[in-house]
Formats: sequence, C-alpha cells, structure tokens
Amino acid sequence: MVHNSSVPLYWRLRKSKYNLIGTRCKTCSTAYYPARHLCQKCRRKGEIEEFKFSGQGKILSYTIIRSAPAGFERYTPYAVAIIELAEGATISGQVTGKIEDIKIDQPVIPVFRKIYEDGSGGLIHYGIKWEIADGQRA
Amino acid sequence: MPEIGIVGYGAYIPRFRIAVEEIARVWGENAEDIKNGLQVYEKSVPDIDEDTVTIAVEAAKNAIARAGIDPKAIGAVYVGSESHPYVVKPSGTIVAEALMTSEQVMVADFEFACKAGTAAMQCCYGLVKAGVIEYGLAIGADTSQSRPGDALEYTAAAGGGAFIIGKDPLASIEGTVSFTTDTSDFWRREGEDYPSHGARFTGKPAYFRHVTSATKLLLERLSLKPSDFQHVVFHMPNGKFPQAAAKELGFTADQLKAGFVVSHVGNSYSGSSLVGLTAALDAAQPGERVLITSYGSGAGADSFSFVVTDRILERRDKAPGTDYYIKRKHNVDYGTYIKLKRKLKV
Repeated sequence: MVHNSSVPLYWRLRKSKYNLIGTRCKTCSTAYYPARHLCQKCRRKGEIEEFKFSGQGKILSYTIIRSAPAGFERYTPYAVAIIELAEGATISGQVTGKIEDIKIDQPVIPVFRKIYEDGSGGLIHYGIKWEIADGQRA
Repeated sequence: MPEIGIVGYGAYIPRFRIAVEEIARVWGENAEDIKNGLQVYEKSVPDIDEDTVTIAVEAAKNAIARAGIDPKAIGAVYVGSESHPYVVKPSGTIVAEALMTSEQVMVADFEFACKAGTAAMQCCYGLVKAGVIEYGLAIGADTSQSRPGDALEYTAAAGGGAFIIGKDPLASIEGTVSFTTDTSDFWRREGEDYPSHGARFTGKPAYFRHVTSATKLLLERLSLKPSDFQHVVFHMPNGKFPQAAAKELGFTADQLKAGFVVSHVGNSYSGSSLVGLTAALDAAQPGERVLITSYGSGAGADSFSFVVTDRILERRDKAPGTDYYIKRKHNVDYGTYIKLKRKLKV
C-alpha cells in the first residue's frame, strides 16, 4: 500500500519535531528553528551548533481553522499559532485544549501529541503542539 | 545491597471528562443506579490527538523531572498498554526518542491487559538488581476502548503512570510477587475494535481471586500484615471492586483513600493502579509503607510493597501532583466524546 507522507522525511526530522531541536550560532547566539546550517547574520563568520529550545514561548498570533486541509478534517475547529520561543525563534504550531481561551501574548508550553496520520494504515506523525501555560507545568 | 525502587514517578490524565449522567442520558439508563453500582461519577477522555504514546511521554517527563536524572542514563524503556497505536511498531521506540534517552537502550512493549505496566516495573527491578542497567523506565498507559452502549463505556478511560526504577529511591521495593492463571474474563481478538468480557465472571474467579491471592502471597513472603501499610492501591476497574477487595483482605477505607482515583477519572486500564500509586506517593511520608496490587485480565495480579524514603520530600514537588491532573478538567457532551474517540467517520 502506498501512503502519502514521506517515511524517510519523518525519520530525518523526528529529533527536531519531538524535542524542539534546532541550531544556534555560537558567534551571535541567534537561535534557529527549524535548524539552519548557516547563520543568516554572521554568514561565514558564524559557527552553528545543535540547540535544544527550552520550550518556553508565547503566542504572537493565531487563527482558528474551520475548513481544514486533507488529513486534518477530524480536528476542526483547531488553532494554529505563531509561537515566539524564549530564545528568539518563531515557529508555527497547533494549540491544544480550550481554543476559545487563546489570547495573543499568552505563555504556552510544549506537549507531545499526534500531528498527522497517514490514513488508517500509514504512519502516525508525532511532535510538539502547544498548550496554554497555567503555571503548574514546565 | 543498596535499596532499589522508585527514583521518580509521574502521572498524566487527559483533560476531558464525560459524566455518567451524560452517557446514561443517551442510552436511556438510570445514572443514579450506575453511579451507586460502580462508584464512578465521570471518566477521562483523551483529546483527538492523544494516544498511549503521547500519554506515556507526558507521564514519563514528570517521572524524569522528579528523578532529576539525565535521560541518557535510562537503560530500559518498557511501555505496558492494551491500546498501543501500532500492532507492529513499538510504542517504546517513539517514547524513548521523545524522551531523548540514549540509543543504547532496551525497549519493548508489554501487554497483559490492565497489568502490563506493573509487569514492566518488575522487569526494570530485576535488571537494576542484576546490575545490567542503572535506571529502567516502566510505563503503564492506555486509551481504553469500549463499545458504545456497553457497560464498559461508563468506566473505560485514558491515563498513565510512569516510574523510573533505580538506586537511591524515594520508595524502595521491599518485595514483589505475581499470581497468574489462565482465566478468560476479558479479551480482544486481533483486528477487533472493542473488547469482549464475561460480565459477572470478571468478578469472583477473575479480579477477586487474583488480587487477593497476590496480596496475601506478598504479605506472607514479607511477614507483614495489612496494618503495617499506610496506603494501599488495587486495580480500579470501578470503585466497588477495590473497596470489596480491601475489605476482604483486612484493609481500611482510610488506607485506600489516597490512591483511590477511579471515581473522577474512571479506569485507565494499564494506567489505573499506577495512577493510583502516583496519587498515594503524593500523599505518603518517609517511613510509610505503600502496597499496590494490579490486575490484568487473562488473568494475573502483581503485588508490590514499597517503603517510602526521605528522598520523597525533595523530589515530590518537581512535577505536578496527580491531583493537578484530576482537577484540571473540562466536561464534554456525548457528541463531543464520540468525536474525540474517533467513532465518527470523517
């Protein structure tokens, strides 16, 4: 059976998607997610290293998806937000829980969830989603 | 021989709940009768993007935080469940990678109905005691299945407990035993969506015989009596069974209280007695004894005696208590429950 998602691509990105692992420039401390292998600021003077983000972040902006792309129909309505991580990088991701409570600038914490399933017989893609922080969990 | 036991523990319970009244409303049953009979008032419901793997990861993160260890020091990851997301492809590989353990780690999925998590604990205990590994991670987690309209629907819930087993524990293992027979009280065949059960047969010859036999065997081996324990946890398929087992064995309602989580979260199968154990550890003081007896249909029971150490005082608050997850809840109606449990074709 042929499935839509790329098995090697999921495998290559698993560490970064499971644990917010990106890169950081040792020269200027700029952090990148997803990983970049050349610092945009320092160019050749930069030195890139693997970097695990703390997971602390806040909502810069968000939207509620009510008409979902193929593969995400059963999740509607769901929230997709741009998250500013404490270390500076911005990433997009789904916000779980009570989406009616979402506000801009709210702190969020990462949670491990299913992101996408390739039909009923394909791979289950796991990764990070975001939950509104309540101060009880890191 | 240095003490071996629980170095860190963690629970996770999804935030959604459905009340007995809401299920009874749809099926035209009397909610009061069901609540009185089962001693369960609501049960946890996994979010649409949660499964055994995600629950296991969240519980294990709490266990690692309490243990205060580098995940790379974990030598074994064993995930016990009867709702592993894949039939072929281990949950444990995903869990280990998500926790950033070393690649030099023993991993296997365990299955023994509701007692797969305690079976995993026994294996980790053996490996640590033999000096093969420094720390083992044993997890029991489930997103239980139940056929709509079946009596199980009132209790089949989701949740999990995770335990780092090693030296310098916050609760040392004083002893563990199992009692196992071929007793078919509850089963699910390959490819079937929902389990089948032997109704009343799940009681006396199954749950009660195995739970009481394992517990009596443990007490006998350790020359202990029920009054030597401050806390006791039995597998909680409903509220009535563990209370009756406790009474039969000579334990009091007070001893059962701290770990008695079933009334407001339901039966999280492999997570059930382990979530109860996390709640009992949240309440336990150094020097106190905690007894847990799990039960798995098919059938068997694993019994452990733990002695809580001073370490609990410094580690307990490094992760949210089980009560946090019990109180963090959002009730849903039956329609939303059906959507979250993916019983709708989309």
